[in-house]
Amino acid sequence: MNRIERVSRRAFLGGIFSAGAMVLAARVLPVEALTGMAGDASNAAWHPSVYLGIETDGTVIIVAHRSEMGTGIRSVLPTVVAEELDADWKRVKVEQAIGDAKYGSQNTDGSCSIRDFYDAMREAGASARLMLERAAAAKWGVPATECKAQNHQVTHAASNRKLGYGELAKLASEQTVPKREELQFKSPSEYRYIGKDVPIVDLEDLCSGKGVFGIDAQMPGMVYASIERPPVLGGKLKSYDDKEALSVPGVRQTVVIEGFTPPHGFKPLGGVAVIADNTWAAMRGREKLKLEWEAGEHASYDSVAYKQQLMETVRKPQKVVRNIGDVDAEFAKGGKTHEAEYYVPHISHAPMEPPAAVVEFKDGKAMIYAATQNPQAVQDTVAAALGIDKKNVECHVTLLGGGFGRKSKPDYVAEAALLSKAASKPVKVTWTREDDIRFDYYHTVSAMYMKASLDDKGRPTAWLQRCAFPSLGSTFSPAARAASGGELGMGWTDVPFDIANHRAENGPAEHHVRIGWLRSVANIQHAFAVHSFVDELAHLAKRDPVEYLLDVLGSARKIEIQQRGRLAAKYPLETGRLRNVIELVAERSGWAKKKPAKGRALGIAAHRSFLAYVAAVVEVEVDSNGKIRIPRVDFAVDTGRVINPDRVKAQFEGAAVFGASIALMGEITAAKGEIEQSNFHDYPVARINEAPIETHVHLVESDAPPAGVGEPGVPPISPAICNAIFAATGKRIRELPIRKHKLV
Amino acid sequence: MSAIKINVNGKDQTVEVSQDTPLLWVLRDTLGLTGTKYGCGMSLCGACTVHLNGEAIRSCITPVASAVGKKITTIEGLSPDLNHPLQKAWMECNVPQCGYCQSGQIMQAAVLLRKNPKPTDADIETAMRGNICRCGTYQRIRQAIKQAAGVKK
Repeated sequence: MNRIERVSRRAFLGGIFSAGAMVLAARVLPVEALTGMAGDASNAAWHPSVYLGIETDGTVIIVAHRSEMGTGIRSVLPTVVAEELDADWKRVKVEQAIGDAKYGSQNTDGSCSIRDFYDAMREAGASARLMLERAAAAKWGVPATECKAQNHQVTHAASNRKLGYGELAKLASEQTVPKREELQFKSPSEYRYIGKDVPIVDLEDLCSGKGVFGIDAQMPGMVYASIERPPVLGGKLKSYDDKEALSVPGVRQTVVIEGFTPPHGFKPLGGVAVIADNTWAAMRGREKLKLEWEAGEHASYDSVAYKQQLMETVRKPQKVVRNIGDVDAEFAKGGKTHEAEYYVPHISHAPMEPPAAVVEFKDGKAMIYAATQNPQAVQDTVAAALGIDKKNVECHVTLLGGGFGRKSKPDYVAEAALLSKAASKPVKVTWTREDDIRFDYYHTVSAMYMKASLDDKGRPTAWLQRCAFPSLGSTFSPAARAASGGELGMGWTDVPFDIANHRAENGPAEHHVRIGWLRSVANIQHAFAVHSFVDELAHLAKRDPVEYLLDVLGSARKIEIQQRGRLAAKYPLETGRLRNVIELVAERSGWAKKKPAKGRALGIAAHRSFLAYVAAVVEVEVDSNGKIRIPRVDFAVDTGRVINPDRVKAQFEGAAVFGASIALMGEITAAKGEIEQSNFHDYPVARINEAPIETHVHLVESDAPPAGVGEPGVPPISPAICNAIFAATGKRIRELPIRKHKLV
Repeated sequence: MSAIKINVNGKDQTVEVSQDTPLLWVLRDTLGLTGTKYGCGMSLCGACTVHLNGEAIRSCITPVASAVGKKITTIEGLSPDLNHPLQKAWMECNVPQCGYCQSGQIMQAAVLLRKNPKPTDADIETAMRGNICRCGTYQRIRQAIKQAAGVKK
C-alpha cells in the first residue's frame, strides 16, 4: 500500500539533508482512499510519511513526523527504518519534521503511529538497502545478489570488498527505486532493533535538563504573555481597565483577544493578554486587570443539576445504536433482572507542561515553536486567525511535556500568533496551571444505565446498555447532541459478549464546556460501566469474576462490528485474543491463589481498544480509615507485533497511574458555568504514594499487525479498581471518583 | 527593578528583576536555564525543584531576593557530564517518558540520597510525594533511586 520514491533534498525546509545525500520518501495511501471515501484510489493523493536520507559521511537521517510526548515514538519508528536498512543505530540521526501536508496526517493521536506507519518504515529501509547493494554491485562489476548490506556497509564476500553506506550514498541515489515486489525483508530472527529495548534518542537530554519543550522555546527579542480568559465558555468582555496592570514593572502592553464565533473548534477563547518582559511580570500584571464579563448562555451549567439530567436521560429509552435479538421480549418474561447506573465526571488532561508556544509573525509569515500533537492543525488554526495562507505558517514541533490529547488542539498557538501580530515581536504564551485546569477541552461527563435478565446460572439472557454524554462533535458543531459512531465504537457498540439479546442505546446531551479527546476517550466511561456491571453480575451469581467473564465472552470467534473498511479486514475483533489475555493475566497475577481477605482483594477487567487486547488485574488494599493503596497491577497485553517492548511496558505502567488518577480522584465540576477546580490541590492526580506500586506488564508474543499502545491500558483500570474494592469491602462504586465515597 | 546578585551553578550572575520575582522565572526567562520547569506555581508539583545551599526547594514560590548570598544548583549544574549516580540510574532504568518533570524528580532525589544514602520504600515515598509525574513513571523513579543507592530492588 506504500510507494517509495526519490525526492529532492531541496523539498525540505531547514536544510536537513546536504548535497549528495540519497533521500527517499515512502508514501502511504490514505485510509480514506481504501474505504471509498476519496473515490477512485488510483487518483487519491499520495502522502509521503517517511523520509530517509543517507549522507556521504554515512550519517543516516530519518525524519520523525510524529510528535514526542512520552511514548518514545520519535525514536521507535526510526528504529524500524534502521532495522530494514541494516543501519548502525549509533550513526542514525533523527530530525523532527515541521508541520507539512506532504507527510500525510501528523496528528499524533489515537494510538496509531506504529500501526499506520510500520509498513512504510520497513519498505523505506528495505528499498534503500537494496539500492545500496545495487550501487556496490555496479561499482564492483558483480551481481547484486552477491552483495550484502549489513551494519552500515555493503560487502562482496567473494572478493572481500567493502564499502560504507556513506561512500555508496551518491551512487545509490542514482539507482532506480525498486518496486515493492523486489524488496526482501529481514526475517524476525535477524532483527537487531525490532523487538529489542533500544533507548530513546532523547534520553540524555531528558536527564540533563537539555530537552527543549514548547515552554522552553526562545526567539530573539521575544516577549511573554499571560491571558485572562472569559470564565464561562463563549463569554464576552463587557469592560476592562488595565491601568494598574500597566503599572507593574516589566509590563509592556495589554491586548484584547476577540471571543470566537461558534463553533469554538480550536479558536482562542478570547480575553485580555498582558505582554511583559518576562513570564512573572506578565502574570503579575494580569492579576491587576479589572475585567467585567457577559457570561452568556453557558452560565446555566451546573454539574449537580446536569448530572441529574443525564441520569434522567439514561433511565428512558433512547436511540438504538446496536441491536441483537429482542431485549424487550426477554425482559417481558419477568425473570430475574439486575440494573445499575454509573457516572463518570469531566476529567482534565493536566499535562505537566501546560499549553505553551512561541510565535513570530513578521512580513506576513508566522514562525512557530510549539508543543503540539498536530502541527498541521497549528498551520490551519494560525492561518485562519491571522488571515494568511497556511503555506506561510511554519510550525516547528518541540518536545511535549505530556499531551494526552490536549495538545492536538492548538488554541494556545493561535493566541500567541495574534499577540505577536499585535506586539510586532515574537511572543511566548504560557498557560498557568490554573488556565490549564479551568480552560481545558475536558473529557466528557457521562451517565450509563445497564440492565440484564439472568438465567438460573446467573448468565445474562438479555443485556441493555444506555449512555448519554456531550459529544466531541460539539467542538465542531455546537448543535451536536448525539455521540458519534467513532465515540460509540469505543467500548459501546463493540462489546464482544455472547448474549442472545443485546441492545445498546445512546441519548442526547448538550455541551457547556469544550469537550475534547483525552487518553482512551469514550472507552473510559464505557469500560467503567460495562466491566463494573459484568462484575456485579458475577457476584450476584456467586461465581468467580474471571470464570464468569470468560463465560459471558463466549467461545473464540470473530465479532461483526462497524469498523472502517481497512481496519475490519486487518484487525478483526477476535474474542479468542481477549480470552487469551484474560487467562494470562489471571495466571500471572495469581488470581486463583489470592483469595480476598478483609480489606484486600483483586479485581479484573478486560477491554479491547485501539485494536489492542488488554486485561488488567488490580490488587487493592483498603485500610481501617478507608484509605486505598494499590500494591500491584498486572496487565496482559496482545497488541500484535511489538517494536520496543520496554517502551510498550512503560506506556502500560503509565496507563495504570493515569487510570488510577481517573478512578481515585479526577473530577472537574462547573457552577454557574465556571469551572470550580484550578490546580493540583483541588484537581489532584496520583502521586508516588498513591499510584500503583508495582505494575507488571505481560506481553503476548505475536506477529499480528501492530495495534495501539499509548491508550489501551487506561480503560480497564477504573473498573478493575472498583471491582477489587467491592471484593475487599462489599462497597460497589458506581460513580467516579472513588474519593467522594466513604469506604468504611 | 533592581540589580540582584545570585550564584547559579558556581557562577555569579547579576539580574535586573523585581525583588519578588520567583527564582524559577529568573532562571528560565532571565538566565535561559530552562531545565527547571514550571508546573503549578504553588509548590504543589515539584517540577521547579532546585537546590539552595544543598536543600531541595520549590523555585516557583521562592523570591529571588531570598537566594542572594546562597548557592543555587539547577539540573544543568548537578553534574558536568551526566555522571551523577542518579542520572546514570535514570538512564539505565529508562525512567523518562515525556521527561518534563524529571529535572525536578532528579533534583529532589539527589537531596534524599545525600541525607539518607540507603532509603527504604517509605523514605522514598515521603521524599518524592511532592513531585508529580503525569506520565506515571513512579515505579521506575523508585527503582532508579534504589539502584543509585545500591539498595535491594
